[in-house]
Amino acid sequence: MKPARERVAGSVANFVDERVGAARYLKKSLNKVFPDHWSFMLGEIALYSFIILLLSGTFLTFWFVPSQEELIYNGSYVPLKGIKMSAAYASTLDISFDVRGGMLMRQVHHWAALLFLAAMVAHMMRVFFTGAFRKPRELNWVLGVALITLGIVEGFLGYSLPDDLLSGTGIRIAEAILQAIPVVGTYAAFFAFGGAFPGLVFIPRIYTVHVLLIPGIILALITVHLMLVWYQKHTQYPGPGRTEKNVVGYPLMPVYMAKAGGFFFIVFGVTAFLGAVASINPIWVFGPYTPTQISAGSQPDWYMGWLDGLVRMSPPLETYFFNRTISWNILIPGLIVPGIMFTGLALWPFIEAWATGDKREHHLLDRPRNAPTRTAVGVMALTFTIVALINGGNDIIATHFSLTINQIMWATRISIFVLPPLAYVITKRICLALQRADRDLVLHGRETGRLVMLPHGEFVEIHEELSPQEAFTRTSHEQLAPIPVAAIDANGVRPKGVLKDRIRARISKGILQEQIAKPTAKEKLELGDGHH
Amino acid sequence: MSNTELEPLKDPGLPAHAHRKADHDEAAAKRAERQVAILFLLSALGTVLFIYSYIWIAEDIYVFIPIVGTTNAHQLFLGLGLASSLFFIGAGAVHWAKTLMPDEEVTAQRHEMRSSDEDRANLIASVKENAGAAGLGRRSLIKRTLGLSLGLVGLSPLLLLRDLGPLPGDSLTKTTWAEGVHLVTDPGNRRLRPEDLEVGAVAHVLPEIEHPEHRSLNDIAKDALLLIRIRPEEFRLDAERLSWTYEGIIAFSKICSHMGCAVALYEQQTKHLLCPCHQSTFDVPTGAKVIFGPAARPLPQLAIKVDEQGYLVAAAPFNEAVGPSFWERSK
Repeated sequence: MKPARERVAGSVANFVDERVGAARYLKKSLNKVFPDHWSFMLGEIALYSFIILLLSGTFLTFWFVPSQEELIYNGSYVPLKGIKMSAAYASTLDISFDVRGGMLMRQVHHWAALLFLAAMVAHMMRVFFTGAFRKPRELNWVLGVALITLGIVEGFLGYSLPDDLLSGTGIRIAEAILQAIPVVGTYAAFFAFGGAFPGLVFIPRIYTVHVLLIPGIILALITVHLMLVWYQKHTQYPGPGRTEKNVVGYPLMPVYMAKAGGFFFIVFGVTAFLGAVASINPIWVFGPYTPTQISAGSQPDWYMGWLDGLVRMSPPLETYFFNRTISWNILIPGLIVPGIMFTGLALWPFIEAWATGDKREHHLLDRPRNAPTRTAVGVMALTFTIVALINGGNDIIATHFSLTINQIMWATRISIFVLPPLAYVITKRICLALQRADRDLVLHGRETGRLVMLPHGEFVEIHEELSPQEAFTRTSHEQLAPIPVAAIDANGVRPKGVLKDRIRARISKGILQEQIAKPTAKEKLELGDGHH
Repeated sequence: MSNTELEPLKDPGLPAHAHRKADHDEAAAKRAERQVAILFLLSALGTVLFIYSYIWIAEDIYVFIPIVGTTNAHQLFLGLGLASSLFFIGAGAVHWAKTLMPDEEVTAQRHEMRSSDEDRANLIASVKENAGAAGLGRRSLIKRTLGLSLGLVGLSPLLLLRDLGPLPGDSLTKTTWAEGVHLVTDPGNRRLRPEDLEVGAVAHVLPEIEHPEHRSLNDIAKDALLLIRIRPEEFRLDAERLSWTYEGIIAFSKICSHMGCAVALYEQQTKHLLCPCHQSTFDVPTGAKVIFGPAARPLPQLAIKVDEQGYLVAAAPFNEAVGPSFWERSK
């Protein structure tokens, strides 16, 4: 007779399987293989912080009052007693000071939001620099770009809800961006705000968008994102035994389940720790929003900072014609540049496939050095964003480092044009140098620092040969040749579309020509055992 | 070079599996088991701390913690309890997986995403057949009218959004300011005389209205003024603009001409106004001309004078729209 425990489990399993046929599916799924690498956890952190956001956010909605109706505060935070404020701001104070665990949950929610965005950006950098976005995963990359974009909007709307002085100022800026859109801007702003700024409806409206619309879309996109990861199987880093045709790792049950499930609790625990000890967004310090007040050192959250930095460094450019105004000083940094950046980001897999002519499936990741142009473009874009982010904090930097805002502003205005191309060149050189170092290591082994005197008096350093595994990892990548230029045939007839082909051949040459030839088996054999 | 010369290094295959101590040493396995158990127990203790803090630590006790500073004990220990109850579950599970669960890497095969040619051909044939059966190809009247209705159906929800807000009308160009409206302090709603402002002083001002307690944020967002007094001879304004000042007192809209933040930082020494949002800097003596930053226009200036009782009043409404630019704004 089986123990009772097993009998109960057996009958439950039987009930489920007879209705949905779960055994057939689960048998296969529980043995699904997941490659293991620390960088694959970045996306997990993003997923887990989203779940934490859903949980802590739901808690906050039980007390938050999404209304701009004015009232006189009479809660337990003494410095603001008797002050006129919106119900939204007052209820946020109540959550912070009169609901047990409310402050903790507010801070957990805010930290999780910062972590959500940071993890998504780090995850995207991992995917970009290792070429994980290549066919067949381009669609998942596009979904990822959509998720980051939605995440930024969601975060901005979230920290705008308390209706404090700092966030109200952020909303004012968002309204100005809307208003600056040519032709329809004023209408868009009046529809969004139910009239002139600030009106009485934007808090309830962004509340619905923040707690229902965007999280719903994010949840749906994450589901598709993960289903694609599951269906297409995870990529893996190159190494011995790993090929384009296989996937090496641990089975879902039990190792991966325990690790991933455990990691969720670790992320939640760390977020709760931050919420416990690190104050974030202390809205009671800022005071309620009113359009005539402001505090020095107004700063958005970090993921908005680079946009704010771009707006700050923009030249004072407006054009006027036929009694109409176009505010380039708002449109360029607020809409055009970010629009170009996010579009470029979303299209990158297709641009790269077109430029290299590589239309095959890839499941083995690139080491960033082996794709120098892509790595350089990535670092260039990051440099651009970081320079903008620095200018977004120019007032804080000015007071901390005894600089003037004008110095920082001019430094970043120049740097934003100079540093990204410089970063591109330097990164590409570093990548090629690393390729050279790989070649050297494979052919000549590792320098041991042990010197030996030969019988005739010559000193040589002993080189230790790499293990076959290490040598393979450093040489298993492919080196593509540039696309050949279509030749003009004997009769002097240009093939159709020749200009487009030429441009493309030119670009592919720029990307692929500069490679350090990787060592071949023959070269290695000729060099022998590394004593030379 | 021939092909053999270009041949890459051979794949040595998966490295041999290195066994962990706990795999063959029963004592090490027992030790790992105890470690995992301790981690799970720490989590349970965390929950106990959470419950204890929630019920028994008063909400008005403050403690000093190095680095963190003075903080509320109730919320701190609540958080630490929650953090450890969660973290140690995770730590235990991961430690368990790393020390005791099988750690042999396994290999699974991948298959190309592309369907086989046969599957593709079958699909196309079946789609064609089904579409043909529905008459999609033949009945063009149905196809066209369906296209029309699908194209139009999206208009209804779009139209429903129309009542989200009123049309702008002149609300972006009109403010409460008009000839004879008194300037009052914000906060306080007291009328101002020129002698209330010393040279170098600045006042935050709103228009006087009948029920200041019902002043709407919408009005404040357009009406807010900065009143600054400098020495009259320091102005470098044309005759008209100079006539809008009164004995060195000049009034500007406080709403930034860039993105609408409050331009609330006045530097008395340099006579500069600075917007803390994007650091646009305006020069007061030249009529708030932009001398730095992204703003493209000076702050609008309000003409002021003194009424019979000696109070400051507006001499005329603003002659341009205040606040950030918009499409319909005329220069």
